[in-house]
Amino acid sequence: MMAPAVMLLLGWMLVPLIMTLYFSFKKYLPLRGGDLGWVGFDNYVRFVSSSSFWPSVSTTLIIVGGVLAITLILGTLLALLLDQPMWGQGMVRILVIAPFFVMPTVSALVWKNMFMDANYGLLSYLWEFFGAEPVQWMSQASLISIITIVSWQWLPFATLILLTAIQSLDHEQLEASEMDGATTLKRFWYIILPHLSRAITVVLLIQTIFLLSIFAEIFVTTAGAFGSKTLTYLIFQRVLESQNVGLGSAGGVYAIILANIVAIFLMRIVGQNLDK
Amino acid sequence: MARAVTFNRKTGNTILAWSIGLLIFFPILWTILTSFKTEGQAIADPPLFLMFDWTLENYAIVQERSDYLRFLTNSIIIAGGSTLLGIVVAVPAAWSMAFVPSKRTKDILLWMLSTKMLPAVGVLYPIYLIFIELGLLDTKIGLVVVLMLINLPIIVWMLYTYFREIPSEILEAARMDGASLRSEILYVLTPMAIPGIASTILLNFILAWNEAFWTLNLTAAKAAPLTAFIASYSSPEGLFYAKLSAASTMAIAPILILGWFSQKQLVRGLTFGAVK
Repeated sequence: MMAPAVMLLLGWMLVPLIMTLYFSFKKYLPLRGGDLGWVGFDNYVRFVSSSSFWPSVSTTLIIVGGVLAITLILGTLLALLLDQPMWGQGMVRILVIAPFFVMPTVSALVWKNMFMDANYGLLSYLWEFFGAEPVQWMSQASLISIITIVSWQWLPFATLILLTAIQSLDHEQLEASEMDGATTLKRFWYIILPHLSRAITVVLLIQTIFLLSIFAEIFVTTAGAFGSKTLTYLIFQRVLESQNVGLGSAGGVYAIILANIVAIFLMRIVGQNLDK
Repeated sequence: MARAVTFNRKTGNTILAWSIGLLIFFPILWTILTSFKTEGQAIADPPLFLMFDWTLENYAIVQERSDYLRFLTNSIIIAGGSTLLGIVVAVPAAWSMAFVPSKRTKDILLWMLSTKMLPAVGVLYPIYLIFIELGLLDTKIGLVVVLMLINLPIIVWMLYTYFREIPSEILEAARMDGASLRSEILYVLTPMAIPGIASTILLNFILAWNEAFWTLNLTAAKAAPLTAFIASYSSPEGLFYAKLSAASTMAIAPILILGWFSQKQLVRGLTFGAVK
């Protein structure tokens, strides 16, 4: 009974993968002559030696690293806060979780225009209110802008998962340590954080996989301009915009290898959990 | 003994958590408010919060200018179709893995998960090419199939974790009482599985609704869902904040409401059972 699902996924994985590998060894320009023959590893070499390659790697790392740092730190603090007794806890949870359900094109456009526009954006009013010069967010601070937008989208995910993990913590242990005179910081460091380590790892890995391939947030904000071109976006441009399929496919193979390195660690954790 | 919570501490928590919650929710709230303003009020200096002339004209303009209902229909068909198709394929697979596990079940589950890690951009051109060859470009059926395939691993996983919680003793008891396999499935298992299936449908509908890589790259005019509808607002003409807000509100409202019901499933569905 597993057969249909397995066959479908096998086809979905293998057919495009083999085609990508095949194209990556060809000089293939659909609009300028089509298939121009085998070129060996030429595309792989050209992809990494192009002047846009290393900037795209560092852009990718800055965006992924920035979003991970922000969502994990704020997410942990927010989860700790939401675990405390308060009035209207359910309602606050709903407010915090909401951005996750906003489609990427909407959040990117709303932030770009209504918050980060240099003339009419709310942030410009705020800057002017405090006497500062409004920032041209998309051109002068493109990476900070994108990191802000993506962090806003992913903070709910990190918070919700860390909150779930905190709630499974044995509260008697916390009470005992409190009676023994452990400070808040010590309790966090020696009891809560070790308990959260697994959830933090899971959030880290899952977010990394999704963040490596963010697309819409760049597509509708800067379209890759102003130093915001990630590896994913560079490959997209090579394949669909400049229609250099061979070169783009070689880039795609690099992206697949990169994602798999992260995925291996995630699979190991998930696998361990299955055995229990 | 329950931890004694002072009134002051609870009040402090409440104020802090609500402030942060409202801050995170603010971009959504601002978008909804702006959608009821005129274009002039939308960029008023200082910004107008509640004291403006509420109007519905933007909703009418958006529907008239870009035919919102057609995109909404496309979104519903694509997200709904891919989810239902996924369920049909995944239920038998998850069922046999949960109730008749073999030594390879774990490996198959992990392998399915690994197909989810394949970066979309790496297989963009092959899929694009296949779509052109099969005449699937800019068709709803093409997107239904692709979105079904990218979400299939999550659907199988979620169903598997739900099915595994159904105690097999119940099956044995039914068998002792002389139930046939057919009545066993129909009267014993199905009622217990329905909540899990419903949760899976809900989360995957949301994921498919918000998917913004394939929906942007594989559609043009006919089959475009709401993600593409919004992206068409990225090159503005004249004053457009209020209209952008109305369009955004209409694109996210259905899913925000569904999303609030799916908080718990979110953790289970997106961490593959690694965080409980």
